[in-house]
Amino acid sequence: MGTIVLKDVQKRFGDVTIIPNANLAIENGEFVVFVGPSGCGKSTLLRLIAGLEDVSAGEIIIDGSNAAQLPPAKRGLSMVFQSYALYPHMSVRNNIAFGLKMAGQPKAEIDAKVAKAAQVLNLADYLDRKPRQLSGGQRQRVAIGRAIVRQPKAFLFDEPLSNLDAALRVNMRIEIMQLHKSLGATMIYVTHDQVEAMTMADRIVVLNKGNIEQVGSPLELYNRPDSLFVAGFIGSPKMNFLTGEAATKHQAHTIGVRPEHIALSDRAGEWEGTIALAEHLGADTFLHIDAGRHGRLTVRAAGEYHLGPGSKIWLTPEKGRIHRFDDKGRAIR
Amino acid sequence: MARAVSVRRRTIATAAAWLIGFLIFFPILWTIITSFKTELEAFSTPPKFLFFEWTTENYGIVQERSNYLRFVSNSLILSIGSTLVALLFAIPAAWAMAFAPAKRTKDLLMWMLSTKMMPPVGALIPVYLIFRDMGLLDSRGGLIAVLFLMNLPIIVWMLYTYFKEIPGEILEAARMDGASLWKELVYVLAPMAVPGIASTLLLNVILAWNEAFWTLNLTTSAAAPLTAFIASYSSPEGLFWAKLSAASTMAIAPILVLGWFAQKQLVRGLTFGAVK
Ligand SMILES: Nc1ncnc2c1ncn2[C@@H]1O[C@H](COP(=O)(O)OP(=O)(O)O)[C@@H](O)[C@H]1O
Ligand SMILES: [Mg+2]
Repeated sequence: MGTIVLKDVQKRFGDVTIIPNANLAIENGEFVVFVGPSGCGKSTLLRLIAGLEDVSAGEIIIDGSNAAQLPPAKRGLSMVFQSYALYPHMSVRNNIAFGLKMAGQPKAEIDAKVAKAAQVLNLADYLDRKPRQLSGGQRQRVAIGRAIVRQPKAFLFDEPLSNLDAALRVNMRIEIMQLHKSLGATMIYVTHDQVEAMTMADRIVVLNKGNIEQVGSPLELYNRPDSLFVAGFIGSPKMNFLTGEAATKHQAHTIGVRPEHIALSDRAGEWEGTIALAEHLGADTFLHIDAGRHGRLTVRAAGEYHLGPGSKIWLTPEKGRIHRFDDKGRAIR
Repeated sequence: MARAVSVRRRTIATAAAWLIGFLIFFPILWTIITSFKTELEAFSTPPKFLFFEWTTENYGIVQERSNYLRFVSNSLILSIGSTLVALLFAIPAAWAMAFAPAKRTKDLLMWMLSTKMMPPVGALIPVYLIFRDMGLLDSRGGLIAVLFLMNLPIIVWMLYTYFKEIPGEILEAARMDGASLWKELVYVLAPMAVPGIASTLLLNVILAWNEAFWTLNLTTSAAAPLTAFIASYSSPEGLFWAKLSAASTMAIAPILVLGWFAQKQLVRGLTFGAVK
């Protein structure tokens, strides 16, 4: 089992409030991603759940009982750190076995569990090496191995892939998702990368300045963002925002249209502009268009677009794909 | 051309380094040479550098007159004892300051260091009186306590700087792995800090070994270490340079040997933060 409920959780460092008031319910077996810009309190929230920081107020309920006052060891959770945080003086074998040794398990059992974890994570050949003799990806796997052998109620990941290069990151992302499938355990995963969040999560928790802005599945957040912040954060390239006359026409303070939801024409359309820049990605072209008083807009065109910088162009937002927001940045529905 | 300049520079730098090294080492070398002279030759003018009658008679006389081994064992007990006691207190203290700092931790560290700025003689009378009243004069236990307290600030400071280099996340990982505070210290922090702890230990053994102010003022015979052994040959009755030199050589020999073998460890420890 691994249900985690946050009830009015608050965190202050001295006089500075980092988490004003967080409420969240995570179900057993869920893959939940905390996402938000750097410094918004993701790690702090995760560390509160882990018990590495004390809550200033509120309850952290793990499997039905309040664990807010328990030390990390008593919460039955495993954590994978951004820096891997392997024990540099121990072999890979002892790194993985450390938690089991601390729990006082018999040696034969420890050996069996370590061997199994090493098997799953392709580390069997490296068990006698020291962490410094491993590549970044292998270190990350050791850190994951250390987390899984303890069979925790839930796994906590704090930006585990941000020190890896892009190709390895994609591989590890898939490995972690497969691990989640095969273990069926609750996982909480922190990242500032919305692509990671979109691809991995069952549910995404968007954090902004310590507040939970919105909780939902990736597509819910993509299709129905509750606020300007979520709308701008989820999706790449970023959603276009227009104010003034274009918004008033839709009875809103601000409207947002995603780059993929704008139709282009070289003859007629709702907004007129000039192509300033074209980014060619092969499958797509991102056009950056100066649209006069509407500002700079981004449009995604499929394939290779036939017009280049300097060309006149007309843009039309897709009906039903226009997001409306009031003057406080909340969605109007 | 650039290469020629750099070679010349390097030669000059090497020569300068040797010169400075020699200047620093010279008093010790002179002491050792003097210890092999007769008393008469020891203060002849002009001084004789190498060409004199080499003799070991001073060592024989010093051996006869005083119980060298007792002084050595006292020195060993005092220096190692006080350092170990200090480590026992300093490791947890430095751990707390490095990994669980409070608002005033920095101030506390400065305050600890500031106690080293007072000349020890300022505390001599009160310490002496306390020792007298508690019957601690000329006892090893009392002296260990003084040396331990005297070096504690430096030991805490050194350990603190080493511990600061250790990423806190590794200790947090141990905590997540279910290690108690004690196990975290013993199985994770201490092994990672071994170079730092070792060089702290070495440096403080040397400091305590050479400490002369308190050892001379608080001992007479039973607990007297090698500093007292040397001092006993610089008596006002007359000038016995050769015997004093022999005693000094005997006193510094053990620590010199230790220092020689521990060189690498010491240098590594002292530059721990700089070259990672
Ligand atoms: N131990 C601490 N003491 C004081 N402020 C802290 C501490 N830890 C984090 N903070 C502050 O809390 C905020 C959120 O930090 P963090 O949770 O690490 O953000 P994120 O992981 O989202 O980048 C930051 O402004 C950071 O400076
Ligand atoms: Mg973080």
